[in-house]
Amino acid sequence: MMTELSLNVLDVAQNSVKAGATLIEISVLADTAKDRLVIIIKDNGCGMTAEQVSRVTDPFYTTRTTRKVGLGVPFYKFAAESTGGSFSIHSEVGVGTTVTAEFVISHIDRMPLGDMTETMRSLITLNGNIDFLYRYKVDDREFTLDTREFREVLGGIPFDNPEVSEYIKEYLKENKEETDCGVVL
Amino acid sequence: MKSLEELKAIRERMQGQVGLREEDDTVTRVVVGMATCGIAAGARPVLTAFAEGVQEKGIKNVMVTQTGCIGLCKYEPIVEVIQPGKEKVTYIKVTPEKAKEIIDQHLIRGQVVSEYTIK
Repeated sequence: MMTELSLNVLDVAQNSVKAGATLIEISVLADTAKDRLVIIIKDNGCGMTAEQVSRVTDPFYTTRTTRKVGLGVPFYKFAAESTGGSFSIHSEVGVGTTVTAEFVISHIDRMPLGDMTETMRSLITLNGNIDFLYRYKVDDREFTLDTREFREVLGGIPFDNPEVSEYIKEYLKENKEETDCGVVL
Repeated sequence: MKSLEELKAIRERMQGQVGLREEDDTVTRVVVGMATCGIAAGARPVLTAFAEGVQEKGIKNVMVTQTGCIGLCKYEPIVEVIQPGKEKVTYIKVTPEKAKEIIDQHLIRGQVVSEYTIK
Protein backbone atom coordinates (compact mmCIF):
# COMPACT_ATOMS: atom_id res chain seq x y z
CA MET A 1 0.00 0.00 0.00
CA MET A 2 1.22 3.49 -0.78
CA THR A 3 1.61 6.10 1.94
CA GLU A 4 1.18 9.20 -0.24
CA LEU A 5 -0.93 10.01 -3.29
CA SER A 6 2.20 11.32 -5.00
CA LEU A 7 3.59 7.76 -4.93
CA ASN A 8 0.42 6.50 -6.63
CA VAL A 9 0.91 9.19 -9.26
CA LEU A 10 4.52 8.10 -9.80
CA ASP A 11 3.39 4.49 -10.11
CA VAL A 12 0.43 5.08 -12.44
CA ALA A 13 2.50 7.43 -14.62
CA GLN A 14 4.98 4.58 -15.12
CA ASN A 15 2.21 2.84 -17.05
CA SER A 16 2.12 5.83 -19.40
CA VAL A 17 5.90 5.55 -19.81
CA LYS A 18 5.58 1.86 -20.66
CA ALA A 19 2.75 2.67 -23.08
CA GLY A 20 5.27 4.57 -25.20
CA ALA A 21 3.84 8.03 -24.51
CA THR A 22 5.72 11.07 -25.80
CA LEU A 23 3.68 13.51 -23.71
CA ILE A 24 2.32 12.87 -20.22
CA GLU A 25 0.09 15.49 -18.62
CA ILE A 26 -0.32 15.40 -14.85
CA SER A 27 -2.76 17.77 -13.17
CA VAL A 28 -3.27 18.18 -9.44
CA LEU A 29 -6.31 20.38 -8.89
CA ALA A 30 -7.51 21.23 -5.40
CA ASP A 31 -10.71 23.12 -4.65
CA THR A 32 -10.87 23.66 -0.92
CA ALA A 33 -14.33 25.28 -1.03
CA LYS A 34 -15.75 22.19 -2.70
CA ASP A 35 -13.52 19.94 -0.55
CA ARG A 36 -12.29 18.12 -3.65
CA LEU A 37 -8.87 17.13 -4.95
CA VAL A 38 -8.76 15.91 -8.54
CA ILE A 39 -5.68 14.26 -10.04
CA ILE A 40 -5.59 13.62 -13.79
CA ILE A 41 -2.90 11.61 -15.54
CA LYS A 42 -3.23 11.81 -19.31
CA ASP A 43 -0.93 10.30 -21.92
CA ASN A 44 -0.69 9.89 -25.66
CA GLY A 45 0.61 6.33 -25.42
CA CYS A 46 -0.63 3.20 -27.14
CA GLY A 47 -3.96 3.14 -25.26
CA MET A 48 -5.98 0.11 -24.24
CA THR A 49 -8.86 -1.85 -25.72
CA ALA A 50 -12.26 -1.72 -23.99
CA GLU A 51 -11.59 -5.25 -22.73
CA GLN A 52 -8.27 -4.23 -21.17
CA VAL A 53 -9.86 -1.14 -19.58
CA SER A 54 -12.57 -3.29 -18.03
CA ARG A 55 -9.93 -5.52 -16.41
CA VAL A 56 -7.34 -2.94 -15.41
CA THR A 57 -8.77 -2.38 -11.93
CA ASP A 58 -8.68 -6.13 -11.26
CA PRO A 59 -5.62 -6.77 -9.05
CA PHE A 60 -5.18 -10.21 -10.59
CA TYR A 61 -4.87 -8.81 -14.07
CA THR A 62 -1.54 -7.63 -15.43
CA THR A 63 0.27 -7.65 -18.73
CA ARG A 64 3.66 -7.99 -17.09
CA THR A 65 5.31 -11.38 -16.90
CA THR A 66 7.48 -11.02 -13.79
CA ARG A 67 4.60 -11.43 -11.36
CA LYS A 68 0.94 -12.38 -11.44
CA VAL A 69 -0.63 -9.36 -9.78
CA GLY A 70 -1.09 -5.77 -10.93
CA LEU A 71 -1.75 -3.63 -7.89
CA GLY A 72 -0.90 -0.10 -9.02
CA VAL A 73 -4.24 0.92 -10.50
CA PRO A 74 -6.37 -0.98 -7.91
CA PHE A 75 -4.47 0.75 -5.07
CA TYR A 76 -5.07 4.14 -6.64
CA LYS A 77 -8.76 3.43 -7.29
CA PHE A 78 -9.25 2.28 -3.70
CA ALA A 79 -7.43 5.37 -2.39
CA ALA A 80 -9.93 7.60 -4.25
CA GLU A 81 -13.12 5.67 -3.63
CA SER A 82 -12.43 5.11 0.06
CA THR A 83 -12.66 8.89 0.56
CA GLY A 84 -16.07 9.07 -1.08
CA GLY A 85 -14.46 10.24 -4.31
CA SER A 86 -14.42 8.61 -7.72
CA PHE A 87 -12.10 6.95 -10.19
CA SER A 88 -12.29 6.54 -13.96
CA ILE A 89 -10.15 5.48 -16.91
CA HIS A 90 -10.78 6.48 -20.49
CA SER A 91 -8.62 4.94 -23.13
CA GLU A 92 -8.50 4.57 -26.87
CA VAL A 93 -6.09 2.42 -28.80
CA GLY A 94 -3.60 4.58 -30.67
CA VAL A 95 -4.76 7.77 -28.96
CA GLY A 96 -3.90 7.42 -25.27
CA THR A 97 -5.24 7.00 -21.78
CA THR A 98 -6.64 9.37 -19.17
CA VAL A 99 -6.85 8.34 -15.52
CA THR A 100 -8.95 10.62 -13.33
CA ALA A 101 -9.19 10.27 -9.56
CA GLU A 102 -11.26 12.49 -7.31
CA PHE A 103 -10.71 12.66 -3.55
CA VAL A 104 -12.71 14.25 -0.76
CA ILE A 105 -10.02 16.38 0.88
CA SER A 106 -11.37 16.32 4.44
CA HIS A 107 -12.12 12.59 4.53
CA ILE A 108 -10.24 10.83 7.32
CA ASP A 109 -9.10 8.05 4.98
CA ARG A 110 -7.58 10.38 2.39
CA MET A 111 -3.86 9.89 2.06
CA PRO A 112 -1.76 13.05 2.10
CA LEU A 113 -0.75 14.28 -1.34
CA GLY A 114 2.89 13.97 -0.28
CA ASP A 115 5.95 15.02 -2.19
CA MET A 116 4.75 15.81 -5.72
CA THR A 117 7.99 17.72 -6.30
CA GLU A 118 10.07 14.53 -6.00
CA THR A 119 7.54 12.54 -8.02
CA MET A 120 7.70 15.01 -10.90
CA ARG A 121 11.47 15.41 -10.72
CA SER A 122 11.93 11.62 -10.76
CA LEU A 123 9.61 11.24 -13.75
CA ILE A 124 11.23 14.07 -15.70
CA THR A 125 14.86 13.20 -15.03
CA LEU A 126 14.42 9.45 -15.55
CA ASN A 127 12.50 9.80 -18.80
CA GLY A 128 14.45 12.40 -20.71
CA ASN A 129 12.85 11.47 -24.03
CA ILE A 130 9.29 12.06 -22.77
CA ASP A 131 7.70 15.48 -22.32
CA PHE A 132 5.71 16.29 -19.20
CA LEU A 133 3.12 18.97 -18.66
CA TYR A 134 2.51 19.36 -14.93
CA ARG A 135 -0.25 21.58 -13.61
CA TYR A 136 -0.72 22.30 -9.91
CA LYS A 137 -3.77 24.33 -8.93
CA VAL A 138 -5.05 25.25 -5.50
CA ASP A 139 -8.29 27.25 -5.61
CA ASP A 140 -7.59 30.21 -7.92
CA ARG A 141 -3.79 29.99 -7.95
CA GLU A 142 -1.82 27.70 -10.21
CA PHE A 143 1.43 27.02 -11.99
CA THR A 144 2.53 24.78 -14.80
CA LEU A 145 5.78 23.12 -15.73
CA ASP A 146 6.19 22.25 -19.39
CA THR A 147 9.32 20.30 -20.24
CA ARG A 148 8.92 21.30 -23.90
CA GLU A 149 9.77 24.88 -22.86
CA PHE A 150 12.76 23.64 -20.84
CA ARG A 151 13.92 21.49 -23.76
CA GLU A 152 13.83 24.48 -26.08
CA VAL A 153 15.98 26.56 -23.73
CA LEU A 154 18.41 23.72 -22.95
CA GLY A 155 19.16 22.62 -26.48
CA GLY A 156 20.73 19.18 -26.15
CA ILE A 157 21.50 19.28 -22.42
CA PRO A 158 19.66 16.38 -20.77
CA PHE A 159 17.24 16.70 -17.85
CA ASP A 160 19.32 14.31 -15.74
CA ASN A 161 22.27 16.70 -15.79
CA PRO A 162 22.80 17.45 -12.06
CA GLU A 163 22.38 21.22 -12.44
CA VAL A 164 19.28 20.87 -14.58
CA SER A 165 17.80 18.31 -12.17
CA GLU A 166 18.40 20.72 -9.28
CA TYR A 167 16.80 23.55 -11.26
CA ILE A 168 13.72 21.40 -11.93
CA LYS A 169 13.45 20.60 -8.22
CA GLU A 170 13.74 24.27 -7.21
CA TYR A 171 11.29 25.32 -9.94
CA LEU A 172 8.72 22.83 -8.66
CA LYS A 173 9.35 23.67 -5.01
CA GLU A 174 9.24 27.46 -5.30
CA ASN A 175 6.18 27.52 -7.54
CA LYS A 176 4.36 25.03 -5.35
CA GLU A 177 4.93 27.21 -2.30
CA GLU A 178 3.67 30.27 -4.14
CA THR A 179 0.62 28.36 -5.33
CA ASP A 180 -0.52 26.68 -2.14
CA CYS A 181 0.95 29.25 0.30
CA GLY A 182 2.10 26.44 2.57
CA VAL A 183 -1.25 24.63 2.76
CA VAL A 184 -0.50 20.92 3.16
CA LEU A 185 -2.79 18.86 0.97
CA MET B 1 8.67 32.43 -9.40
CA LYS B 2 11.76 30.80 -10.86
CA SER B 3 12.53 32.08 -14.31
CA LEU B 4 13.74 30.41 -17.47
CA GLU B 5 16.67 32.84 -17.44
CA GLU B 6 18.38 30.64 -14.85
CA LEU B 7 17.95 27.69 -17.19
CA LYS B 8 19.59 29.68 -19.98
CA ALA B 9 22.54 30.36 -17.68
CA ILE B 10 22.89 26.62 -17.05
CA ARG B 11 22.88 25.98 -20.79
CA GLU B 12 25.62 28.52 -21.32
CA ARG B 13 27.74 26.94 -18.59
CA MET B 14 27.19 23.43 -19.94
CA GLN B 15 27.73 24.11 -23.61
CA GLY B 16 30.60 22.12 -24.99
CA GLN B 17 30.53 19.61 -22.16
CA VAL B 18 29.77 16.10 -23.26
CA GLY B 19 27.18 14.24 -21.21
CA LEU B 20 27.15 10.56 -20.30
CA ARG B 21 25.77 8.19 -22.83
CA GLU B 22 24.20 4.92 -21.80
CA GLU B 23 26.07 2.97 -24.43
CA ASP B 24 29.40 4.28 -23.17
CA ASP B 25 31.30 1.21 -21.96
CA THR B 26 32.98 3.09 -19.11
CA VAL B 27 29.73 4.03 -17.41
CA THR B 28 28.60 2.39 -14.17
CA ARG B 29 24.84 2.01 -14.05
CA VAL B 30 22.88 2.21 -10.83
CA VAL B 31 19.45 0.78 -11.58
CA VAL B 32 16.58 1.31 -9.12
CA GLY B 33 13.41 -0.83 -9.32
CA MET B 34 10.49 1.58 -9.76
CA ALA B 35 7.44 -0.64 -10.22
CA THR B 36 4.51 -0.63 -7.75
CA CYS B 37 6.36 -2.99 -5.40
CA GLY B 38 9.50 -0.85 -5.40
CA ILE B 39 7.67 2.47 -5.02
CA ALA B 40 5.50 1.12 -2.18
CA ALA B 41 8.63 -0.15 -0.41
CA GLY B 42 10.36 3.25 -0.65
CA ALA B 43 12.23 3.34 -3.97
CA ARG B 44 11.63 7.05 -4.62
CA PRO B 45 13.73 8.36 -1.70
CA VAL B 46 16.37 5.74 -2.52
CA LEU B 47 16.56 6.99 -6.09
CA THR B 48 16.84 10.57 -4.85
CA ALA B 49 19.60 9.56 -2.42
CA PHE B 50 21.62 7.96 -5.23
CA ALA B 51 21.08 10.84 -7.66
CA GLU B 52 21.97 13.50 -5.08
CA GLY B 53 24.80 11.46 -3.53
CA VAL B 54 26.50 10.91 -6.89
CA GLN B 55 26.17 14.62 -7.60
CA GLU B 56 27.42 15.76 -4.16
CA LYS B 57 30.46 13.50 -4.25
CA GLY B 58 31.21 14.53 -7.82
CA ILE B 59 31.43 10.93 -9.01
CA LYS B 60 32.00 10.74 -12.74
CA ASN B 61 30.80 8.02 -15.10
CA VAL B 62 27.83 6.92 -12.99
CA MET B 63 24.33 6.90 -14.38
CA VAL B 64 21.30 6.47 -12.12
CA THR B 65 18.40 4.89 -13.97
CA GLN B 66 15.20 2.96 -13.30
CA THR B 67 13.73 -0.38 -14.18
CA GLY B 68 10.41 -2.13 -13.63
CA CYS B 69 9.60 -5.14 -11.50
CA ILE B 70 12.16 -7.95 -11.71
CA GLY B 71 9.99 -10.41 -9.79
CA LEU B 72 11.60 -10.22 -6.34
CA CYS B 73 9.01 -7.91 -4.81
CA LYS B 74 9.61 -8.91 -1.19
CA TYR B 75 13.21 -7.68 -1.44
CA GLU B 76 12.32 -4.19 -2.72
CA PRO B 77 13.66 -1.55 -2.90
CA ILE B 78 16.18 -3.34 -5.11
CA VAL B 79 19.19 -1.56 -6.59
CA GLU B 80 21.52 -3.11 -9.14
CA VAL B 81 25.01 -1.78 -9.66
CA ILE B 82 26.39 -2.71 -13.05
CA GLN B 83 30.04 -1.86 -13.61
CA PRO B 84 31.72 -2.52 -16.95
CA GLY B 85 33.61 -5.82 -16.95
CA LYS B 86 32.32 -6.85 -13.53
CA GLU B 87 29.52 -9.06 -12.32
CA LYS B 88 26.26 -7.27 -11.54
CA VAL B 89 25.70 -6.60 -7.82
CA THR B 90 22.12 -6.68 -6.50
CA TYR B 91 21.37 -4.79 -3.29
CA ILE B 92 18.09 -5.50 -1.52
CA LYS B 93 15.86 -3.65 0.95
CA VAL B 94 17.82 -0.49 0.28
CA THR B 95 17.16 2.68 2.27
CA PRO B 96 18.55 6.20 1.71
CA GLU B 97 21.07 5.51 4.52
CA LYS B 98 22.23 2.29 2.87
CA ALA B 99 22.41 4.17 -0.42
CA LYS B 100 24.95 6.57 1.09
CA GLU B 101 27.05 3.64 2.25
CA ILE B 102 26.84 1.97 -1.17
CA ILE B 103 27.97 5.24 -2.79
CA ASP B 104 30.94 5.59 -0.42
CA GLN B 105 32.02 1.96 -0.38
CA HIS B 106 31.08 0.60 -3.77
CA LEU B 107 30.88 3.49 -6.22
CA ILE B 108 33.87 5.41 -4.79
CA ARG B 109 36.11 2.69 -3.30
CA GLY B 110 35.03 -0.27 -5.39
CA GLN B 111 34.19 -2.43 -2.36
CA VAL B 112 30.89 -4.29 -2.58
CA VAL B 113 28.80 -3.83 0.60
CA SER B 114 28.09 -7.55 0.85
CA GLU B 115 25.84 -7.34 3.93
CA TYR B 116 23.20 -5.59 1.80
CA THR B 117 23.42 -7.86 -1.23
CA ILE B 118 21.06 -10.68 -2.08
CA LYS B 119 22.14 -13.97 -0.49
